[in-house]
Amino acid sequence: MTQKAVAPSIEGWFTTGDTPHLIGTQCKTCRTYFFPKQDLFCRNPSCRGTEFDEVELSRTGKIWSYTEHYYQPPEPYISGDDFEPYTIAAVELDKEKMVILGQVANGVAHADLTTGQEVELVVETLYEEDETEKTVWKWKPIAS
Amino acid sequence: MAKEVAILGVGMHPWGKWGKNFVEYGIKACNDALDDAGLEWNDIEVVAGAETVRNGYAGYVAGATFAEALGWSGARVSTSYAACASGSQAINNARAMILADMADVVLVVGADTTPKGFLAPNAGERWNDPDWLRFRLMGCTNPTYFALYARRRMDLYGATEEDFAAVKVKNARHGMANPNARYHKEFTMEQVLASPMVADPLRLFEICATSDGAAAVVISSMEFARKHNVDPVKIRAVSTVTPRYPQTTIDMPYFSTDSAATVDAPALTFKDSIAQAAYEEAGLGPEDMSLAEVYDLSSALELDWYENIGLCPKGDAEKLLRDGTTQLGGRIPVNPSGGLACFGEAVPAQALAQVCELTWQLRGQAGDRQVEGAKAGITANVGLFGHGSSVICSV
Repeated sequence: MTQKAVAPSIEGWFTTGDTPHLIGTQCKTCRTYFFPKQDLFCRNPSCRGTEFDEVELSRTGKIWSYTEHYYQPPEPYISGDDFEPYTIAAVELDKEKMVILGQVANGVAHADLTTGQEVELVVETLYEEDETEKTVWKWKPIAS
Repeated sequence: MAKEVAILGVGMHPWGKWGKNFVEYGIKACNDALDDAGLEWNDIEVVAGAETVRNGYAGYVAGATFAEALGWSGARVSTSYAACASGSQAINNARAMILADMADVVLVVGADTTPKGFLAPNAGERWNDPDWLRFRLMGCTNPTYFALYARRRMDLYGATEEDFAAVKVKNARHGMANPNARYHKEFTMEQVLASPMVADPLRLFEICATSDGAAAVVISSMEFARKHNVDPVKIRAVSTVTPRYPQTTIDMPYFSTDSAATVDAPALTFKDSIAQAAYEEAGLGPEDMSLAEVYDLSSALELDWYENIGLCPKGDAEKLLRDGTTQLGGRIPVNPSGGLACFGEAVPAQALAQVCELTWQLRGQAGDRQVEGAKAGITANVGLFGHGSSVICSV
């Protein structure tokens, strides 16, 4: 069996490897963070910055809230033939002081999550195409 | 404080899944509102329409669509889109024209025909649209957000699944007495808790459906009302504020918040600020309200609104629910109409339907769901992409 090629489901939003990060931007003028990347104009109302540094965001944070989904969502979500419930967590990054949503890593039970729990960023399969496995960022509890 | 305008007439087409053209619903609501106002279509100077995005071009130009359907009369038209807040934006346009002496009497209307199931984003590949990306990248539906807020109430404030179910039981009971509601069915807590889990901790009977429906409101200057010898319900405030940066509560359809790393989060959350702006404009406070119509997209979300509209401090909403303060007969009934729990959402009509309910309540015409001695009421709602919506009316 040949291994499928692996590719991100969206280009330039996250790094891969053992310690993946989400890629955001930081305004060169006021130093505010943005995710998804903001690179044309700063959304801080007191800043007219137009230049941004691309930055890797903190790869750990605390759960702000979470939920498990029991129904197949509509397109453009791509579900396999057998729909499996999935969990989404909202995670607060300490340094950036922002909350970012993501699915929770495969194999983590909803019942094992709590608000305030520490999680880290991982990259896992979102869906599979004929030749390619498409990946996305997910949140995974840090083993304590 | 803003100058007042008068509500001369209100009308609705009952909510349901009727499978007809949205224009048909809208015309019924318009004619009922005109009759209620004692006016003819030819008396109307402006039509302010709330747009529907699910019914093609006719929906995009809703103001003109209804003006044409009622018969071209030369009336000016406007059309507003602000997702769930479209109706209040249309009311705000109507009010602004009246207060600017550009018109004396305006017809405001919103109507929708909706598809079944989850509201899905528009078709096509739209890699720059957060509303499309949230579905593609993580299957993040509207109930995802409702569930995140609900779980947080449980973990922070000790809310229980029974509390969320109790909101549904309350609103279902209120809606029994509303002929315009889609669902007329009492629920027990056991029935709600036995319904299938959709987005944990929220169950099927706790998440609002999508509906067909229409609502219309005839608004005039106070002078016009007096000339017609009417002592009308008055619009005291229309809040259509947007968030202040940084918006640090995760909100539909985004999958991240703003960062508060360099600019501190504002003192009030966005949803708190919507009602706050309305109270300031009206010169009234939460203690002056006799009732509230809030957007219970989920049962748990209604509890958030108790706090957002200042009925209690953060974390105390469950107490108000449990002691009966917010049910009919309590100090401030919330969603005496039955709310979205009994209506399901007809997006462009919903904020107008909230104002119709305030009007009937403040006139003492709400029948078996009447809030005794109602003097003032508030609506609250928020439309996708930062559209605040709150209207305060009084006798």
